[in-house]
Amino acid sequence: MTDQEATIRGNDGTNWFYSEEVKDHFFNPRNFLHHDEKFESNAMGKVGSPACGDEMIIWLKINKDEDKIIDCRWQTFGCGSAIASTSVLSEMVKENGGMKIDTALSLKPQEITDRLGGLPIRKIHCSVLGDKALQEALNDWFRKTGQYDRIITAGKKVIDKVLNITDRDIEEAILEGARTLEDVQDKLKVGIGDPEAIPQIEDLIKFYTEKYYG
Amino acid sequence: MNNFPEKPKEKRGIYMDHAATTYIEPDIKKAMDLYFSDLFANPAGLYGLAQEINGVLNDSRRSIAKILGALSDNIIFTGSGTSSDNLAIFGTAYQHQEIGKHIITTKIEHKAVLEPCRRLEAQGFEITYLDVNEYGQIDIKKLKQAIRPDTILVSIMYANNEIGTVEPIAEIGKEILKIRKENNSNFPYFHTDACQATGSLDLNVEKLHVDLMTINGSKMYGPKGIGVLYKRRGLVIQPMVLGGGQEMGLNSGTENIPNIVGIAKALELAQANKTVENKRLIELRDYFWQEVKNKISNVRLNGSELGDESIRLPNNLNISILGIEGESALLYLDSYGIACSTGSACNSKSLEASHVHVACGLKHEEAHGSLRFTLGHRNTKEDIDYVMKYLPGIVEKLREISPIKI
Repeated sequence: MTDQEATIRGNDGTNWFYSEEVKDHFFNPRNFLHHDEKFESNAMGKVGSPACGDEMIIWLKINKDEDKIIDCRWQTFGCGSAIASTSVLSEMVKENGGMKIDTALSLKPQEITDRLGGLPIRKIHCSVLGDKALQEALNDWFRKTGQYDRIITAGKKVIDKVLNITDRDIEEAILEGARTLEDVQDKLKVGIGDPEAIPQIEDLIKFYTEKYYG
Repeated sequence: MNNFPEKPKEKRGIYMDHAATTYIEPDIKKAMDLYFSDLFANPAGLYGLAQEINGVLNDSRRSIAKILGALSDNIIFTGSGTSSDNLAIFGTAYQHQEIGKHIITTKIEHKAVLEPCRRLEAQGFEITYLDVNEYGQIDIKKLKQAIRPDTILVSIMYANNEIGTVEPIAEIGKEILKIRKENNSNFPYFHTDACQATGSLDLNVEKLHVDLMTINGSKMYGPKGIGVLYKRRGLVIQPMVLGGGQEMGLNSGTENIPNIVGIAKALELAQANKTVENKRLIELRDYFWQEVKNKISNVRLNGSELGDESIRLPNNLNISILGIEGESALLYLDSYGIACSTGSACNSKSLEASHVHVACGLKHEEAHGSLRFTLGHRNTKEDIDYVMKYLPGIVEKLREISPIKI
């Protein structure tokens, strides 16, 4: 509200800020776990925090023999696109009798946003959060079942040794709207104290821009 | 399964975002209508029609000056409240940078003040951003301590757009006057952004002791695209827009007569009716808060205490509902025909929570769950009852979807 007044419509000449699919999932969320509901899950993933304005938990029921997710539930604290992203993700996971774990592992945030008929650029991070919650839940499953080789951790790697900035920080900056080295430096001051890191930073900017917006 | 409250058979359009902008009242629109296609001439012309328009321009200027307790040539018409703020800040800074490059403002100003300050900072000016307390009020002692020999401008908003907090402008003005006298200096100038105050507070510049004051039309049932900068006589600022020399050379461009007539009429009506309307709005707003408190758990009031218009705008209710995110609640309210706004990060381009809430020390989750309802002419008790018929159910459902237990 600065005047951050209700920008629920796009200001790029398009009408609605959110697509019909986003609105449908937001107003009629599927598969969320009611507070008094019993759901026998065997894996759980949680990302975000209320302080960031987004928090989500995904519970999975996995069939070990088929290596397949057969049911899922979720809870989300967040904006319209965060709720819609988790809801549509739960539908994608459950439809056609469930989703093979390998398919779930290769799921991209882009597929979530495509299913939603697109998200406004500054809301892309909401779909990424859903994808990460699913990944966390699968990691939880792999740990529980001793499949340690299948665990995928968000590999944090220090890029700028002076300011101790990681690839994750650069990913976040891209998700928050940075597109060029200057944008990223505005946010992070990365590479200023450690100029040797700049080629690697430029590679990461290209990589994440293509991953999320390509 | 808890479902969202059933949709009303007949969706009412309930507008509770008057701090964003207002509709134009019919009387004001009527006053403007004549000047689009009938009396349209450029007031700079020498023929009869032009002179007639020039008379209208002067009348409007006089009418506004009278309400402000000012002289006609103190009234500069601009394109918006934002233009007026920019002219006051850049105009002072560029004109007097030889004297000093220090400006004082607050952390809760509108972007129309903060962004020019950031630009000036990048150009070598030094800006002090004063803290506020949890209610959004500045500390006058801290302001006095911050004033230096090179301080050329103090810019403090009259009333805050988000939380409705009213700053003690008259008291600040008096202190600044005292400091200038002690130092035998014309500086610092004192500017106030009164955009949110135009409809409900006293705008007499002599009582407020301001040198520059921004007002605009679109928050008091007048047209958008028009603002006024009051500038005390004898005080020099640099124009930002150069051209034909209109508005005492400070804002060139052919005068927007329909809007000028509109803002003059809007100000006249708002100021004439403010005592009665403020009382009505305070009663409505206080009733609204009682209802919220009674029907929704874990809510907090943001900004100053209610009841007293000298510390809080009569029409502003800003609350935080814990465990929900503002944008979600806003979109659900919209689906029931209710328009309001939020300070949640998700509603901003920067994905950061409202700078006003952060300055007041709200926790992030409180800022994310904030909703602002700003009431106006057309709102009634029935409107509030309508909102309260749906809001508790929406909150309950969003809390049900949320993993955060409160």
